[in-house]
Amino acid sequence: MCTSIVEIVDAEGKGKDGNAWFKLSKAVVCYDHPHHALLAEAITIDFMNSGDGPGTRAAVELSLASAKALKGALNRAIEQAEEELAEISS
Amino acid sequence: MTYESMIAETIKINGYNSNPINAYTARPMGEGPFPGVVLIHHLPGWDETYREFTRKFAHHGYAAISHNLYDRIGYGPSDDVAAKARAEGGVSDDQVVGDTDGAVQWLRSQPWGNGKVGLIGSCSGGRQAFLYACNRDNIDCVVDLWGGRVVQGEDDRPEKQPVQPIDMTADLSCPLLGIFGNDDRAPNVEQVNQHEEQLKIHGKDYEFHRYDGAGHGIWYYYTPLYRVEQAMDSWQKTFNFFEKHLAA
Repeated sequence: MCTSIVEIVDAEGKGKDGNAWFKLSKAVVCYDHPHHALLAEAITIDFMNSGDGPGTRAAVELSLASAKALKGALNRAIEQAEEELAEISS
Repeated sequence: MTYESMIAETIKINGYNSNPINAYTARPMGEGPFPGVVLIHHLPGWDETYREFTRKFAHHGYAAISHNLYDRIGYGPSDDVAAKARAEGGVSDDQVVGDTDGAVQWLRSQPWGNGKVGLIGSCSGGRQAFLYACNRDNIDCVVDLWGGRVVQGEDDRPEKQPVQPIDMTADLSCPLLGIFGNDDRAPNVEQVNQHEEQLKIHGKDYEFHRYDGAGHGIWYYYTPLYRVEQAMDSWQKTFNFFEKHLAA
């Protein structure tokens, strides 16, 4: 499958590439055939910095089920973080 | 037994806007004449797969060249370069045509060529191979291996790929071979049907082979997409097609 399923968002933070941490500028989420995971298609997530070369990248290739589980975990963690922030500000 | 040898190396060619880009080339040793094959790499990049394919064509007697469409993105492991290319919205169709024209011109300028050049690409490279054959008339045949987005949705007209290749079918300049898996979702069966209908309407010389039990990436032996029976049959159909159209 040659998809055009690509979502790009700004990302603030740091990512780890090998032993070094680098400043992030964007996250790229895609659904297409992966490079390494033995899956026909995968959700791939690349954290990168637009100003750096191609080697500066933190990447994962996930099955759709794993990506859904990750999405749930992110949502739950974000909800709890926002509750904490609401309590602090009240 | 006949002595066999080949030369395989990276070279620089003139790409789009006369920018120098890297290419990987392989050919049998000797004076030739050798028919030429240009290979357009897939979305995962200018990688080991395309070096293997390039050498495979050399093994079968062709002078082959695979140029790096991601050369301007930067250098590094092919998966890292492909990821950066994706983050930048891919490469433009204009650049693809210009870079590929450079590879064709390089082959045509070599003293060991037989004067014939074919073009082949898989995945995004399949789309781009067809696109090239509709924009230039300097190749003798073209092979589209499961190229997605020959038919692009109304909401899929990015700045770098503004025209869907199916709309260029009237300008196809050479015979076309298409290899597709019926389980593929991009291109799916309906999209391949639409493409075939346009080829018929415009009276083009083409042959499509559609395989049951296969989807995308039929030749990629290192992935679950690989289908040995369909891969062996379609490799043979590809060699037959090139032999028919690229013999001197």
